[in-house]
Amino acid sequence: MEVVADNKVLAFVSDFKRPEDGSKVRQQALDALNGMDFPTTRVEEWKYTRVAKYVKRKYKQVQTTANVDQFKIADLDAHQLVFVNGFYDEKASTILEDDTVSIHKIDELDEGYYTDLMEDTEENVFSLINKGYQTGGVFIQIKKNKKANHPIHILHVLEGEEVMANARHFIHAEMGSQAEIVTSFASNNASNGFTNVVLEGHVETNASIRINKLQTEAKDVLNISNEMFIQDESSNFLINTVTTGGQLTRNGLNVIVEGENCHTEMNGAYLGTEKQHIDNHTIIDQLYSNCTSSESYKGVMDDKSVGVFNGKVIVRQDAQKIEAYQSNKNILLSKGASVNSKPELEIYADDVRCSHGSTIGELDEEAIYYLRSRGISKKSAQQLLIAAFIGDILDKIQNEAVRAHVDQLFLEDFGWRF
Amino acid sequence: MLTIKNLHASVEEGAEILKGLDLEVKAGEVHAIMGPNGSGKSTLASVLAGKDGYEVTEGSVKFADTDLLELDAEDRAKEGMFLAFQYPVEIPGVSNVNFLRTAMNEIREYRKEDKLSAKDFLAKVKEASALVELDNKLASRAVNVGFSGGEKKRNEIFQMAMLEPKLAILDETDSGLDIDALRIVSEGVNKLRSKDNAIILITHYQRLLEYIQPDFVHVLNDGKIIKTGDKNLALELEEKGYDWINEEIAQ
Repeated sequence: MEVVADNKVLAFVSDFKRPEDGSKVRQQALDALNGMDFPTTRVEEWKYTRVAKYVKRKYKQVQTTANVDQFKIADLDAHQLVFVNGFYDEKASTILEDDTVSIHKIDELDEGYYTDLMEDTEENVFSLINKGYQTGGVFIQIKKNKKANHPIHILHVLEGEEVMANARHFIHAEMGSQAEIVTSFASNNASNGFTNVVLEGHVETNASIRINKLQTEAKDVLNISNEMFIQDESSNFLINTVTTGGQLTRNGLNVIVEGENCHTEMNGAYLGTEKQHIDNHTIIDQLYSNCTSSESYKGVMDDKSVGVFNGKVIVRQDAQKIEAYQSNKNILLSKGASVNSKPELEIYADDVRCSHGSTIGELDEEAIYYLRSRGISKKSAQQLLIAAFIGDILDKIQNEAVRAHVDQLFLEDFGWRF
Repeated sequence: MLTIKNLHASVEEGAEILKGLDLEVKAGEVHAIMGPNGSGKSTLASVLAGKDGYEVTEGSVKFADTDLLELDAEDRAKEGMFLAFQYPVEIPGVSNVNFLRTAMNEIREYRKEDKLSAKDFLAKVKEASALVELDNKLASRAVNVGFSGGEKKRNEIFQMAMLEPKLAILDETDSGLDIDALRIVSEGVNKLRSKDNAIILITHYQRLLEYIQPDFVHVLNDGKIIKTGDKNLALELEEKGYDWINEEIAQ
């Protein structure tokens, strides 16, 4: 295979299999990769997140199996779709009898429909690598006017050394449908892996999608997520992102609201320890009037961890009576931890109600002393305050099984009880 | 119960505020410590409760059988000390009952006692909130958030009733209270008085002492107790002000 030595991207993908499946989307992505480069911190969108040392590595795309039992969510009663290193693991997966949804391979997605839908949306080098070299993924249809009988859990596991997972998923919530999706990311016997995932979807008129996303990979994993959803009129989209794992995590979450009376909600809780780097970049693009959006991200950063938040809300000229709320709050538990927070509003309409705010602080020493003076140990006092701080984000997870799973995770990882 | 000997304390890297304070408090007694602004009243409360930012440079404090100054703030509480704050802290997101349950469980664990059952705990919450006429709803709300000044002080006494301390220090509990709230708080404290516990009232004014009758009144000035008497001393102070004592001592 030809390698252009001075192009880092082509060198990066040079050992990846280039499947000949006739997919136009794949071919377009491959073509677009020519002439692309990895972002440096000179690029505004990547100012605080440095990927250079990760993309120098030679990752492998390796199909294998993994023990996924430990990553299942008890009592979720879900369709469970397991991806190990980005490859679908049929044996580990469970698809329940359900006439409200149909679950296909991503290759079965109609490319004409997809290309029309995603016209003019922006790609980046990682989403293009994913689309050019994806090794599998699901295309889920939630059927018209149906409420999915079961949640759909897409479980990703990394297994092995320096493996890269390129899974690509698409969710099509047809008119008036309703579904709950869980995406989770874990690693097992893996070192220095790279999860590069794309999750896209279409929420049609009157449809509703709720996503709970859990990122708990080992603290040497690079996780780059590109998520893109298109909302039609009177639809609802909600995502809760909980991040405790990964060495470097970059969540690129985009929602384009292409109809009136929509509601868009993004919530995030991220907890950094050691030298973790957790970056949430979000965009809500309001093109039509009478929509609401609410965005709330909270971080608790310890040790030398770094948090990045960049939330952009765009209200286009014709989008009147938009109510957009955005907030990012952070607590630093150590002197070595830091957060870069940048809320952005781009408003071209004149009749809107938008608010945004960002705070970075420490736990209230007076409150800790007050609790200690009642006999509560310093550790418990801190934990009570942290739980109080991010508890309202976790309360957005309505699914009790997922919430119990998250509570258990926090107890095991941090000794925090909620 | 509490023996303070020659206590000297300063704010960290700052001026000395307590300059050789002696005090002996026995079970069943109520002591009032009065004094003008800046005399060291609140510093005494903070040093006894174990607040960071103060340095004890000399002297000793014995509480029950422990060297109090060796204990962390939480362990002082576990040994049976309670401080009602002059300015109770608001803690958003932490409910009053959740925090008290945590506190009581940790205290019981420290004392090697069994955990309180949920039923007994709730019964106690009901009883203690009735004592200070604290609305049941406030008990389940976030600690002091959105409470009025009077509600905050009543919440302090509510917590005192829950924790049943051996020694309670009430730091300016009367400040900012209207007559009704003062009466409620005082009646609550009076009901909590027993032969087994002791109370130290730190106050600027005599009016609290009309409701809670002290066995001893001490006058604190410039970091020392300069005069001790019975409840009549408080009346005399109210009438003549603090300067009178200074003059008397000077003579």
